[in-house]
Amino acid sequence: MADAPKIPDEAETRARWGAFAWTAENQAKADEILGRYPKGREQSASIPFLDLAQRQVGADTSTQGWLPVPVIEYVARQIGVPYMRVYEVATFYTMFNLAPVGKYHVQVCGTTPCLLGGSDDVLAACKNKGLSKGHTTPDGLFTLTEVECLGACANAPMVQINDDNFEDLDYDKTTAILEALAEGKALTPGSQIGRRDSCPAGGPTSLVAMVDENHDYRGEWV
Amino acid sequence: MLADKDRIFTNVYGFQPWNLDAAIMRGDWDNTKDLMALGQDAIIDVIKASGLRGRGGAGFPTGMKWSFMPKESKDGRPSFLVINADESEPGSCKDREIIRHDPHKLIEGALIAGYAMRARAAYIYIRGEYIREAEVLFAAVAEAYDKGLIGKNASGSGYDFDVFVHRGAGAYICGEETAMLESLEGKKGQPRLKPPFPAGAGLYGCPTTVNNVESIAVAPTILRRGAAWFSSFGAEGNKGTKLFQISGHVNKPCVVEEAMSIPFRQLIDEHCGGIRGGWDNLLAVIPGGSSVPLVPAAEIMDCPMDFDGLKKVGSGLGTAAIIVMDKSTDIVRAISRLSYFYKHESCGQCTPCREGTGWMWRVMERMRTGDADISEIDTLYQVTKQVEGHTICALGDAAAWPIQGLIKHFRPEMERRITARNGGGEAPMMEAAE
Repeated sequence: MADAPKIPDEAETRARWGAFAWTAENQAKADEILGRYPKGREQSASIPFLDLAQRQVGADTSTQGWLPVPVIEYVARQIGVPYMRVYEVATFYTMFNLAPVGKYHVQVCGTTPCLLGGSDDVLAACKNKGLSKGHTTPDGLFTLTEVECLGACANAPMVQINDDNFEDLDYDKTTAILEALAEGKALTPGSQIGRRDSCPAGGPTSLVAMVDENHDYRGEWV
Repeated sequence: MLADKDRIFTNVYGFQPWNLDAAIMRGDWDNTKDLMALGQDAIIDVIKASGLRGRGGAGFPTGMKWSFMPKESKDGRPSFLVINADESEPGSCKDREIIRHDPHKLIEGALIAGYAMRARAAYIYIRGEYIREAEVLFAAVAEAYDKGLIGKNASGSGYDFDVFVHRGAGAYICGEETAMLESLEGKKGQPRLKPPFPAGAGLYGCPTTVNNVESIAVAPTILRRGAAWFSSFGAEGNKGTKLFQISGHVNKPCVVEEAMSIPFRQLIDEHCGGIRGGWDNLLAVIPGGSSVPLVPAAEIMDCPMDFDGLKKVGSGLGTAAIIVMDKSTDIVRAISRLSYFYKHESCGQCTPCREGTGWMWRVMERMRTGDADISEIDTLYQVTKQVEGHTICALGDAAAWPIQGLIKHFRPEMERRITARNGGGEAPMMEAAE
């Protein structure tokens, strides 16, 4: 794969992450996760555990996090399966980073609904701020990835930055978001044109009564 | 227009809180025990009579699917309900609205559907990228446990039923039901061969039904208002209400619940403020998510938006994710981008799909620039036919259909690009193959 990430040097990562273990807080979360699956089916926890591990690495490094090999080995030991069974999961799913990323992982959706909505402009704004696909900026702040459909098509184009979506973007709004993040300013996720989630812009065409009160329609049922 | 009182997802835009107290005020969890007291077979009969067809794309009758589950366990294996919230089909964004704004409809539906099919637990598989949505869902499930609505003696019905949320990690293929089961078991999401079907051996080898979020979330309302109410909407064989998701070149893209079989023009005019630049500016529409073939403007304008109506114009309703393209669209690029999507998302298990999706994308990119030979259009078509139907799951078909639709309806545009690039009007230069 031409776009496969460059896995960092093994000896260095082993020295840094060889002693990885859950924090007390994450140990409690891990126990809760294991409780969701039947006895003997601990392997089901591979995806939630990798996610938890990536978040812990992220907290340690002030980034979105990634999965060094010793961390994947740790997860495999926790669920009692060979390393390979977890490694193949880590490489299969796109949300697992196999190489370090920046503080903000800027994931621009480029699939057709966002393409029609203007994702070219979003990518151009990222490019003009010095971001390039598959790379982290020298200051370690941003990593840019073009991702496939993130399921917010009625609010296209959109970008997911770490855990939050920014929707209904254009060139200027994307630039403003990147600038605000670089300056450490707080941002409001969701639609950037002030509409309510996936409601038509300018106000709802249906369920108008719901705007101001938690309307109960049961009285109108016949 | 569908009357507001007949809409199931009244909080679809999230103007009101999603939490349990607000959901109860809107009518959720209203005497769920009584609904369950109807009896398992009676619930399935109501769902069958309502004409509900699966909302995940294939349109299989939901009540019939539930009835395939074993009525008793002969060997002690439990049954499971798996709810497919891996909404990854480009264009689709309806399950997201249900989960973040009306999660209790889904959880109540899970209990009722799980009870009807005699399942011991439901797993809701939500796509990994729905991070905030999953947070809402986890919290809503915790609320329902706290109030005894699910868990031991769920809603006081005497039936024990658990609901678990499982987050994926970014793989379109996990929306395929057997790939989802593999993923739930902690493996790569590679689809399984069928048979055995999940109803015989699914999650952990136990009988399993996989249903879309919307199919499950509408069940409690259907039981409350009756099968006749639900089947009063839509054409024969296409009953009920449906969340439509309109993206692309309309003035106001949105998600909206409407009656099935609503004409395309009415849907767009009433809820989306019309086509950008007017109806004369409409080029083509992908009416059911990226996997279905596109439909040219003239054929879609007055087409009823339902399973059978869209089948008649050579496409499908899919998830009712409507991608609208006006005349400014580079149509070849739009479809080529979908080819890239399928190349990216192919799980790599079957050779025709693994190799074919990449090949089709590379040829589509040459079609986009016109750097091709006219005869290659036919070669491309033939290859799509060789991928289609020769893979374990339908991803190969889904990758083939958009290209087939493009060639069927926009072949002159593809030929024009090739001719223009090769020097305008003249016969393409003959070159030796590499």
